[in-house]
Amino acid sequence: MQKEQDQILNEVTSGEYKYGFYTDIEQDSLSKGLNEDVIRTISDKKGEPEFMLEFRLKAYRHWLTMKMPRWAHLNIPEIDYQDQIYYSAPKQKAKLKSLDEVDPELLETFNKLGIPLEEQKHLSGVAVDAVMDSVSVKTTFKETLAELGIIFCSFSEAVREYPDLVKQYMGSVVPYTDNFFAALNSAVFSDGSFCYIPKGVKCPMELSTYFRINAANTGQFERTLIVAEDNTYVSYLEGCTAPMRDENQLHAAIVEIVALENAEVKYATVQNWYPGNKEGKGGIYNFVTKRGICKGDNSKISWTQVETGSAITWKYPSCILRGHNTTGEFYSVAVTNNYQQADTGTKMIHIGKNSKSIIVSKGISAGRSNNSYRGLVKVLRGAENARNFSQCDSLLLGDKCGAHTFPYIESDNHTAVIEHEATTSKIGEDQIFYCNQRGISTEDAIGLIVNGYAKEVLNKLPMEFAVEAQKLLQISLEGSVG
Amino acid sequence: MLVIKNLRVSIDNQEILKGIDLEVNAGEVHAIMGPNGSGKSTLASVLAGRDLYQITSGKVLYKGEDLLEKSPEERAKEGLFLGFQYPIEIPGVSMANFMRTAMNEIRKYKGLEPLTSSEFLKKMREKKDLIEISSSLTNRSVNEGFSGGEKKKNEIFQMAMFEPELAILDETDSGLDIDALRIVARGVNNMKSPLNSTIVITHYQRLLEYIVPDFVHVLYNGRIVKSGGKDLALLLEEKGYEWVRSESVNM
Repeated sequence: MQKEQDQILNEVTSGEYKYGFYTDIEQDSLSKGLNEDVIRTISDKKGEPEFMLEFRLKAYRHWLTMKMPRWAHLNIPEIDYQDQIYYSAPKQKAKLKSLDEVDPELLETFNKLGIPLEEQKHLSGVAVDAVMDSVSVKTTFKETLAELGIIFCSFSEAVREYPDLVKQYMGSVVPYTDNFFAALNSAVFSDGSFCYIPKGVKCPMELSTYFRINAANTGQFERTLIVAEDNTYVSYLEGCTAPMRDENQLHAAIVEIVALENAEVKYATVQNWYPGNKEGKGGIYNFVTKRGICKGDNSKISWTQVETGSAITWKYPSCILRGHNTTGEFYSVAVTNNYQQADTGTKMIHIGKNSKSIIVSKGISAGRSNNSYRGLVKVLRGAENARNFSQCDSLLLGDKCGAHTFPYIESDNHTAVIEHEATTSKIGEDQIFYCNQRGISTEDAIGLIVNGYAKEVLNKLPMEFAVEAQKLLQISLEGSVG
Repeated sequence: MLVIKNLRVSIDNQEILKGIDLEVNAGEVHAIMGPNGSGKSTLASVLAGRDLYQITSGKVLYKGEDLLEKSPEERAKEGLFLGFQYPIEIPGVSMANFMRTAMNEIRKYKGLEPLTSSEFLKKMREKKDLIEISSSLTNRSVNEGFSGGEKKKNEIFQMAMFEPELAILDETDSGLDIDALRIVARGVNNMKSPLNSTIVITHYQRLLEYIVPDFVHVLYNGRIVKSGGKDLALLLEEKGYEWVRSESVNM
């Protein structure tokens, strides 16, 4: 059986990443390198107002003074930032009036990814903003949403059409000075999604952004901004994939969420960037800053992430619980296989009274991968009766992988209650045998056991994505017990 | 149904089964009794395909085919069921999901359509009534937080659901009170048909008050030292395993 498992491991890990195809489409790209002229060109190409260019240049100048962070439990090779392309867009007509004008090649690409952009083809009410490389290709259901006053469009469009909103909120949660990658993104970001829910509106459909890297040697730097006014609700989902390439590609994104009084924002990510091959060659470097602020009282932000892709993941979706009675949640499943490395977790900053946070992190490591949870729970002096519960579990498959937990707790208020639980377990051969004896193959048994282990988090995803995520977990881990 | 010939099995170079011969025909119930450490559970595990053991010699034919060549899941799909002595917990996987996944794998193997939700639920209700298992049990994760007795009943419930051709029950009776014992026995007796066979492995004679075996075998120190009818169990109860030991020395 041992031999058989090794064989399955070999077969499957040499299997192809399902989304690794490349679309041959004419690109409008800048040449490699980063300087103020490149930034001016990006801003110019997007027809941005002056304030945007100012913001970019300030961020760039600040970035020049910064060094790449090295504190994570990651082995990050030197990245030559002059050897990247910072803007690349599929060539198409300047302004789209209807879907007929979208390049069929692009439509086909998104069809292949399971993201049909024709609204009538959507099974359920999910509005999608599809981003390829540096630009948004198409946003669906824009008009339907507009009837409710909801703005859902590409970030570039928001900058042009709603400059006041962008000006007011962009950088208010993640300032460009925040960290090295946030500064880089603020300087060169090219597109992303913008979402604004006006007072009292509960968004009737799932909003989602699908990110696709296509061009070679190109980094993707997108930013997403979600503003939920008083008494609102919105559920947001983000997905991403990239072609298989031998070289590493850079992805440095920013997501900012602002929740005002009584607002609830759910943000879910199914991250499936190309993870590199079984020898650890290629794959996306994923350096992402995601943060939300519960600004108004009784507001709630919930992050759910299923991380299966990327060669390197550096990501800590966080909540600033500034209002009273606010709630921050973080549910995470992070899978690493082969030579993947992940250092991911969250920060819960309790400022308001009676603020609550929940952290549920499930790490799954296989192959020769390294999987770390890093989390901070910080309670400020004024946060009377703050509550946090953290649960960090690690599951190991095989004996060549690593799981690490780095919990940080800082409390300046003696009424705060902070609980932390952690477990580490291995998939037992006896569990697999029990499944085998009932007729379930080893592959399927691992899928079953892993999905059972991650159930608490998967249950937080919108139904149709939960099924996808379950499959994805199984595919990412197939044959990894050896 | 099952023919075992001169089966020798070791673990870490220590021989545990020292030449087992056994024949089980369709429709028969066999009881294998023996003291602790005699090799009963090893025999059950080897038949189910656990890979912890080295099979040094011998042959096992199941339905005329070489059983030892087959993977554990193939054996299961061919209708071999093991009731575990220590059932395993699988957190987060509901009993219903687990059984449905497994049953549909078996159906696929046999070229049958998967069970629909309603067919599956109907079957589950029927078998639940039969085994008198509480309905909340199937919503809970596989064996997680089950009491010892619940775990054993759950094995019998699965046996009833899977309707195997050959069921091997490894000490399913140990640690059960009389009521649970009756339920286990009812499960086995209900399954009995001219087409199915059962091997009941037990340490005690007590289960055999409820399940009447066609044959009783005494396993001692890796060998079947005595075989007989149901009276053998009574004799064993009366005289104890010491009697077998003295008998086996004479062999």
